[in-house]
Amino acid sequence: MISIRNVSKWYGDFQVLSDCTTEVRKGEVVVVCGPSGSGKSTLIKCVNALEPFQQGDIVVDGTSLAAPKTDLPKLRARVGMVFQHFELFPHLTVTENLTLAQIKVLGRDKAEATEKGLALLDRVGLKAHAHKHPGQLSGGQQQRVAIARALAMDPVVMLFDEPTSALDPEMVNEVLDVMVQLAQEGMTMMCVTHEMGFARKVANRVIFMDSGSIVEDCATEAFFGDISARSERARQFLAKILPH
Amino acid sequence: MDFSSIPAALPALWEGMQTTLLLLVLGVLGGVLLGTLLAMLRLSHNPLLAGIAATYVNYFRSIPLLLVITWFYFAVPFVLREITGEDTPVGAFASCLVAFVMFEAAYFCEIVRAGIQSIPRGQMSAAQALGMTYGQSMRLIILPQAFRKMTPLLLQQSIILFQDTSLVYSVGLMDFLNAARSRGDIVGQPHELLLVAGLVYFIVSFAASQLVKRLQKRLTP
Ligand SMILES: Nc1ncnc2c1ncn2[C@@H]1O[C@H](COP(=O)(O)OP(=O)(O)O)[C@@H](O)[C@H]1O
Ligand SMILES: [Mg+2]
Repeated sequence: MISIRNVSKWYGDFQVLSDCTTEVRKGEVVVVCGPSGSGKSTLIKCVNALEPFQQGDIVVDGTSLAAPKTDLPKLRARVGMVFQHFELFPHLTVTENLTLAQIKVLGRDKAEATEKGLALLDRVGLKAHAHKHPGQLSGGQQQRVAIARALAMDPVVMLFDEPTSALDPEMVNEVLDVMVQLAQEGMTMMCVTHEMGFARKVANRVIFMDSGSIVEDCATEAFFGDISARSERARQFLAKILPH
Repeated sequence: MDFSSIPAALPALWEGMQTTLLLLVLGVLGGVLLGTLLAMLRLSHNPLLAGIAATYVNYFRSIPLLLVITWFYFAVPFVLREITGEDTPVGAFASCLVAFVMFEAAYFCEIVRAGIQSIPRGQMSAAQALGMTYGQSMRLIILPQAFRKMTPLLLQQSIILFQDTSLVYSVGLMDFLNAARSRGDIVGQPHELLLVAGLVYFIVSFAASQLVKRLQKRLTP
């Protein structure tokens, strides 16, 4: 579904991504973790071409991002993305947030888009808030709307960039619950997160990044199972974030 | 001081005020439109387009409005003759309007640019991540939020423009101030009529700025 091949990226002289290669198969859930500044957000933004990269290629559902003829907006419409800071559109109601791109990008008519949007809103447990503006919702509620907004486009894969790290602790679970449910329904997901409980529960693989490189890329059981087989940097990182 | 001639002068003054207001409204609309276009060019990743827009803005912000008005008074008929090949009388109003739109666009551009830049970058990413093109993201997501934020500043600039419209006297257009002046000369009470005109400018501008202040309070939670 997603194939990342020898991707390197620079900001000026500074190399953010060094020769990253990995694969996310259909129905797979992959968790990406690593210290702050290691390039996780950059990598995930490269996957739906929000950031350009200078070397290598990424192929999403058969479409090569490096190919000059690729229609990037069209590709992004098939890739759902959830941001750390939700990025709901504050000047629109929740319903409009859910329907705008369906109407303007996919060409659905308003009734169809609204029906779809409200069904998804119901699924994330927020049907009663359809008429509100994002500013009237809590962080956790906003993030659930943002997930519903991405799902409304019928994406083939969902990308998450630290979806719970801007939330108050008591709201983390309501968002993780939605993500777990999504994973269990077979959605292909690539999630940047430090929620290791989530990773243990649903991830097929865990990728560990450091200084722009993919340092570890292995099955979840292996990642958490045999710590001694992990690289030094991964061990240090895990020691910091795992409660003992 | 003798204000006895004021009542008889009111129709002429009102006519002048209509010219002023028409110039103001059309000037603001055109200026905001052109200014928004310039702002998008200035923010574009094409260095040539951004450079052209920046030069335009810096140029028009560096020369006096009076000069622009006078200049366009001669330039607009000349350019039209070059294009159409024949003499096209355009009149002072049209050339003044062109001058205002071109001049004010430089100021509106900077307001709009600041407005666009005040919207978090993530909003553009989110719009594009949903498959919207750059143009759609601007039109549907960024600009509506930016304009909401900018409204007080745009109105403030419009109040300045309201006063600046009086500069059209230099090319003989009968705006409010010019109407007051010529009326005062005719009836032999120039000072009285200018006093009245000053009072009207003050009341309109002051009332408008108070409204803007209130609006600003309502927009900033
Ligand atoms: N627009 C940018 N210009 C220059 N450097 C950037 C830019 N965005 C991110 N970086 C740098 O790239 C590195 C990786 O950033 P990021 O992908 O956000 O890391 P992470 O998400 O893992 O915390 C960081 O060192 C960051 O400072
Ligand atoms: Mg990040």
